[in-house]
Amino acid sequence: MNWKLTAVASAMAIFGSVGGASAAGSLNIYNWGDYTSPEMIKKFEQKYDVKVTVTDYDSNDTALAKVRAGGHGFDIVVPSANYVPIWVKEGLLLEARPDQMSNFKNVDERWVNVPWDPGRHYSVPWQWGLTGIGVNKKVYGGDINTSAIFLDPPKELVGKINVAPEMNDVLFATIKYVGGDWCTADKEVLKKVRDKLVEAKPKWLAMDYSVTEKLPAGDYAGVYYWNGAIMRSRLKNPDIAFGYPKEGFPFFMDSVTILKDAKNVENAKLFMNFIMEPENAALISSFAKYANGIKGSAEFLPPEMKTAPELTVPAQFEKAGEFLTACPPDVAQLYTRIWTDVNK
Amino acid sequence: MARARFDVRSQPGFGTIALFTFVVLYLPIITLVAYAFNASESLTAWGGFSLHWFGEAARNTAVQDAAWRSLVIALSAASVAAVAATMAAIATTRTAAYRGLGFKYAFINLPLMVPEIVTAVALLIVFARVKVWTGYSGLGYLILAHTAFCIPFAYLPIRARLEGMDEALERAAADLYAPPWQVFRRVTLPLLRPGIIAGFMLAFVISLDDVVISEFVKSGGQDTLPTYMLGQLRRTVTPEVNAIAAAFLALSVVLVTIFFFINRKKT
Amino acid sequence: MASAADVARQEEGRKIRSRWLLSAPALVIVFIAAIGPLLVMLAYSFMAKADYGDVKFGQFSLDGWFSVILQRDIFDDTLTLADAHLSIVWRSIRLSVITTFATLALGFPTAYFIATRPRHTREVWVFLVTIPFWTNLLIRTFAMQQVIRNEGILNSLLIWLGVIKEPLQIMYTDWAILFGMVYVYLPLMVLPLYASLEKLDFRLIEAGYDLYAGRLAVLRRIILPLVKPGIVAGSILVFIPSLGAYVIPRVLGGGKNLMLGNLIELQFGAGRNWPLGAALSITLMALVMVAMLFYVRNAARSGGGHG
Repeated sequence: MNWKLTAVASAMAIFGSVGGASAAGSLNIYNWGDYTSPEMIKKFEQKYDVKVTVTDYDSNDTALAKVRAGGHGFDIVVPSANYVPIWVKEGLLLEARPDQMSNFKNVDERWVNVPWDPGRHYSVPWQWGLTGIGVNKKVYGGDINTSAIFLDPPKELVGKINVAPEMNDVLFATIKYVGGDWCTADKEVLKKVRDKLVEAKPKWLAMDYSVTEKLPAGDYAGVYYWNGAIMRSRLKNPDIAFGYPKEGFPFFMDSVTILKDAKNVENAKLFMNFIMEPENAALISSFAKYANGIKGSAEFLPPEMKTAPELTVPAQFEKAGEFLTACPPDVAQLYTRIWTDVNK
Repeated sequence: MARARFDVRSQPGFGTIALFTFVVLYLPIITLVAYAFNASESLTAWGGFSLHWFGEAARNTAVQDAAWRSLVIALSAASVAAVAATMAAIATTRTAAYRGLGFKYAFINLPLMVPEIVTAVALLIVFARVKVWTGYSGLGYLILAHTAFCIPFAYLPIRARLEGMDEALERAAADLYAPPWQVFRRVTLPLLRPGIIAGFMLAFVISLDDVVISEFVKSGGQDTLPTYMLGQLRRTVTPEVNAIAAAFLALSVVLVTIFFFINRKKT
Repeated sequence: MASAADVARQEEGRKIRSRWLLSAPALVIVFIAAIGPLLVMLAYSFMAKADYGDVKFGQFSLDGWFSVILQRDIFDDTLTLADAHLSIVWRSIRLSVITTFATLALGFPTAYFIATRPRHTREVWVFLVTIPFWTNLLIRTFAMQQVIRNEGILNSLLIWLGVIKEPLQIMYTDWAILFGMVYVYLPLMVLPLYASLEKLDFRLIEAGYDLYAGRLAVLRRIILPLVKPGIVAGSILVFIPSLGAYVIPRVLGGGKNLMLGNLIELQFGAGRNWPLGAALSITLMALVMVAMLFYVRNAARSGGGHG
């Protein structure tokens, strides 16, 4: 592109006021930051003559706190699987019955009877993924399908490990690693968990989000992180390999839900149905680089995503994966205490 | 040994340290701007020169809106804060202690001491009620919240300037029958100017920086640049944000240049 | 005689009233958007925590306050000091104090330098100090990361100069947090210092030299006392925000070691213990306020101030 044109255009766009085109209706989406494909939104806006506003959040708890407080003006929110029951229990969601919508037939059977929303009365799959292992094969050539990569790191990786700064994901893998179950309150198990983490943490370099930058660059050689980010890293540096911790790893799925106090319920329902269209689901995935749970969307995906080993769980590891559920409050409190202890 | 003019102002080493400080201040910024021209998606690995990310930023209306919104909020909040802080500073300095003086001082500085997340959560709860009652959900809430935490940042430099400022000039003007407003405008304000500018600039940059409070107070469609970036933090931060930052810097350089010439004409 | 005193008293009363009026806007704004919320939080700290964040409204509980300093060991149920909280508080205080001194060491000469430039260029210098801060904190923190990472400019420069052979691991250590905080909070020190240095009467300094004082003596005996208000203001503006720093420890420190800001954030976020978060924040504020009161008193007593 002509750089002068670019410069003028950017100056105008940045400094000029931005006038919105008027549309018949509107829709307010509250979603994780950098997660919503602008292309998909544009398509939706054009198809239904609806003005869509997207607002970001960066954690489930922030989103929950804001919506619970009221006066937010959002219609749609995209909570993670373990939070959906909380949203339902707190009476924040509309029972929109997406299972009766015309495009529901496209939802992969695997994601219909999910524990957090049996039969999908409230939610529609947005994207799903898992937390797994990424290793630079040039640095370490051994088995990488294990949480030992970050909990009992081989000496080649010591001091080059990054772990996702997510309390639940880390505790999940560690509990599984020492042989316990998620949400356990068994003191014996938890003591092992804490000791394991206290022992392992000095061998880590960081607990940071900048994996797609630093794993390919070589600052990190081993990570426990989300699969989509590790795939992005591999595309930049082919030495990166992905591992599924055989001891156990957490799945996540974010689902689209409609709020009970939504002002644009009809548009929100249109949107729900819209994203269950394979072509549109593929737009979401190609933007954010995670799998989507809609049958037939694969053919619309860019080639490097269709075959990505990070996005298709091999049968042998399928059983090791488990959805992070919301633990009972007293257990959750124990976990926070352990987490604080480890990070003091 | 003819030592050239002895300058009472100079202190040994201060110039060097100042130079060092400016290097420290600008080194990261130069890197930042340089990587805005990076051809690759990386913030650290150089992939050749390109204007790709400027184009990308020009196409991304979400990030432009956010940047623009940040600027509007920061300008409004810093202006209100500077005015309120100047008034408050005049009211709390150069006076014999009176009842309530210490109280005022602590009160005005309090926003400094409240951890951001606390203000954020509490404002969320309070403002949510107000939003429901009034039906208004505009930028006003963000501006009000920003103004509050900007006030101490504007107040302290202005107060530091006022403290011990000679009252003789003002008294002389008053003796010459200048009405109080004139005394303020012609004497006090010019004397205070460096303090007000320092206070305003501080408030302005503090407001531009705020993440946590904005994240909790914003209504739908009110992402600021920091909250937009917070959302990116978990995923991939690309040089697009560098391009935006570079545009901001260019704008500030233009403003400084204009300011410089206006100022030079006056003196 | 008596009537003169009366008039004076009336005049004094009028002055005080107008002073209250003048400070009203600031007080009102601060009340609405800072004190009010704080009172809400104070109330919250005395309530029972709800299951998923928030509190059980109206249900009195001291649990939040209890767990600020004490904890029941989760493994053997004994009551102990909350050493995790204490060590986090200690790290925060230590790093903030060092940051304050470092910014003062860099900021004072810089402010002095600016204040001694020709009048019409001074404000341009002030802008030059603030320009880097037109980009938001997150981007600046990323930029800082470019400088101190292993392949970054600082390490390359040191290797080139032959000072070190291997790159120093600065990222993800307390040093990184320290560098980051000094960088980010520097203008908060420079600007108030400048505001107060700019009005320095250099005739006083000249007088000092005339009385055969050395440069150091002039600095210590004349300049420093005169700009004390600026030093106090700057130190407060640096120390307090760095105590509650959140983004810098998270990005530069690699998030491995929490600071107070992160600990409080955790309680309001994934920790879902709002009363504890509220109680922790109020403890932090109380600490800061005591420190500040002490500091301001001390500064006021040891000279400077209004002649």
